[in-house]
Amino acid sequence: MKWTWFHKLGSPPYVYRLARSIGPWLYALAALTIGYGVVAGLFFAPADYQQGDAFRIIYVHAPAAWMSLSAYTTMALAGAVALIWRIKIGHAVAAACAPIGASFTLAALITGSLWGRPMWGTFWAWDPRLTSELILMFLYFGVMSLRQAFDDPARGDRTAAVLAIVGVVNVPIIHYSVQWWNSLHQGATVAKFAKPSMPGSMLWPLLSVLLGFMLFFGAVLCTRLRAEVLNRERQSSWIKEALSSR
Amino acid sequence: MNVSTAGAVQIIIRRELRLSFRRPDQLIQPLMFFLIVTTLFPLALSPQLSVLRDIAPGVLWVGALLSSLLAVEGMFRADADDGTLEQLVLSGHSLTVIVIAKTCAHWLLSGVALVLVAPVMAAALSVPAESFWLIMASLALGTLTLSWLGAIGAALTVGLKRGSVMLSLIVLPLAMPLLIFGASATDRAIHGDSAAGPLYLLGALCLFTSTLAPFAASAALRITME
Repeated sequence: MKWTWFHKLGSPPYVYRLARSIGPWLYALAALTIGYGVVAGLFFAPADYQQGDAFRIIYVHAPAAWMSLSAYTTMALAGAVALIWRIKIGHAVAAACAPIGASFTLAALITGSLWGRPMWGTFWAWDPRLTSELILMFLYFGVMSLRQAFDDPARGDRTAAVLAIVGVVNVPIIHYSVQWWNSLHQGATVAKFAKPSMPGSMLWPLLSVLLGFMLFFGAVLCTRLRAEVLNRERQSSWIKEALSSR
Repeated sequence: MNVSTAGAVQIIIRRELRLSFRRPDQLIQPLMFFLIVTTLFPLALSPQLSVLRDIAPGVLWVGALLSSLLAVEGMFRADADDGTLEQLVLSGHSLTVIVIAKTCAHWLLSGVALVLVAPVMAAALSVPAESFWLIMASLALGTLTLSWLGAIGAALTVGLKRGSVMLSLIVLPLAMPLLIFGASATDRAIHGDSAAGPLYLLGALCLFTSTLAPFAASAALRITME
């Protein structure tokens, strides 16, 4: 009997209602934590002794980069669950994850290049982390367009899940190979600043924004998941009920 | 008729080899593509030998990557169209073993041919002849890895009408580590440094994909065949 909650998660009506009820809470909590982090980070944290105020973009950049990876992992996990146990809702979760993760990746790339401008003097440097983030973006594109490429949506779902799993195995390889690549080719033409150990007044806002981004990811996932479920189950009878019961 | 697994592998490899020797254009076209692409770079950049030697690793590896994408596209396509693939799936042999046999046969043709042609283009890019063996070794490992990655991509896109763009979108990001280590091994070989480090890493990538890619490719094939 312990496992009933797990089985319920495989049922689209249950997931739809669950997403509808916890979505608003996640948005509210995300607004609180991001709000605190941004205000504390932008106005109250001390300026960096080397980078001045320019470092403050870290409060968006680092959490976005972190979320880009964990969204990909979530997508691959959801795809694996859907493939292995044939739980169809997993494909809906994976499909909902992909655009959010790609957006986080894009945000990390844009904020990274904005940060690079004052620090390195250029918008784009072939810095290992930026490069692997760019490749991650390509992986997202591949999964998203493969899902769209098939006429039969079920087939698109399952091939995209296989590709996501293959990609998640490759992400660490890409990460390390890109890191070695830059050290193999050339010395530090772009001096990478050593990461300073942060004082608490800098660190807490960062952690708060990170938590906020996770909550925000969950919240947007709820919204997108509802849309996915509605679209996938548009032929079923419970839809009318669920929509009228509001 | 009962055929053992080893017998099935042998039959598939022999069949693939015979088919492509009967219709060699599928083998030759990617090679021509490789030759043409590598010719583009001196025309676009500079005919100076010192410049060419500097860009040679990148040119050779990007050319190899693109031409192997071209070669791998038809890996399952013809067999899926005429129903051979279904017969192979129904034969009772593990689909993973079948994928391994087909990929090995594919590499024996396209990969080995590319490795044999590469020194010609390397010489044209004024690469010193002493480094040819190392370049060929790195390309041999690289093309085998590419065949495995390509097998996954080809299996995922076999049901698509216009699969070639999709295939490159899928395979190229996965192949970037390979490009990094391959070009770096070639670069070191050209400059007379020890290429052992990147070569070992290439070998590791090759082993890694050889062990895992067959499972991914056969899972993908099973999905697209349904």
